[in-house]
Amino acid sequence: MRRLKAFGFFWWDFVVGDDWIAAVCVVAAIAATAAIASTNVPSWWLMPVAVSGTLYLTLRRALHS
Amino acid sequence: MSSIFGFSSAFLASAVEMVEALTIVLAAGVARGWRSALAGAAAAALALAVVVAALGPAITSIPLNALRLVVGGLLLTFGLQWLRKAILRASGHKSLHDEDAIFARELEHARADGAPVDHGIDAYGFVLAFKGVFLEGLEVAFIVLTFGSAQQSVPLAALGAAAAFVLVVAVGVALRAPLTRVPENAIKFAVGIMLTTFGTFWSTEGAGADWPGSDLALLALLAFVGGISAVFVVALRRGGALTRNVAAGG
Repeated sequence: MRRLKAFGFFWWDFVVGDDWIAAVCVVAAIAATAAIASTNVPSWWLMPVAVSGTLYLTLRRALHS
Repeated sequence: MSSIFGFSSAFLASAVEMVEALTIVLAAGVARGWRSALAGAAAAALALAVVVAALGPAITSIPLNALRLVVGGLLLTFGLQWLRKAILRASGHKSLHDEDAIFARELEHARADGAPVDHGIDAYGFVLAFKGVFLEGLEVAFIVLTFGSAQQSVPLAALGAAAAFVLVVAVGVALRAPLTRVPENAIKFAVGIMLTTFGTFWSTEGAGADWPGSDLALLALLAFVGGISAVFVVALRRGGALTRNVAAGG
């Protein structure tokens, strides 16, 4: 069980890293882009905006900690 | 054009990870003996080859749009991690990556674990080299597989990684010292920008949106990500709004 936990933690740390907020923002931004794209409204602009916002948030969290 | 970016990204990302792996192997070799260190590095390279051989065909069999969605999301998450650290380093809020200091620390740890065995394989040296090469190499394998598969050109991305391997190993063997002159922090910044750019581009396409100008949008996106990163570095250096908000607990 301990090894399984360590294995899961390794992959979590490898992919998500030390700030899970960034991963959540990425998933939310992709979902919102897909939702807008399905209505035939241009949605390419959303990801760059989300990247800027996520970078701001994650930098603030890093400085705060 | 995206092929050139893909090759460059795989080359640069692989080079910085291999410089880090080389530092650990050198520390293991100097402190515990070269036989154990090289055996550990070779075993890690073999384990990585097995991982790539197992995951490679599975990844490339996924439909392209779904692949770009997943790969884009992963690259973006990965890229934002690299970029955050690079911005913090460039603005003086995080200490610079120093191969000399890492080499000295690893050497001290390796020597503190008692005398190495005279004959056969020294377990500590083997494990130290194995872990260093495997963990740094896993990041390289991840970048090569994701870049390669999303661009439908795994061999090109692998070529970038192989070129970095040959260069780093050749210089490492010639110098037998940590590669402190490699502008590692600058390269990490560039890789962070490239991973974030490709991650944004592919995840948007995978989500069903179209970029104006198709592949040319990559250039605009690269300039945009580079631009906002530079703005954050300048803001943090000047103790701008971001820092003031943090200081105020906001």
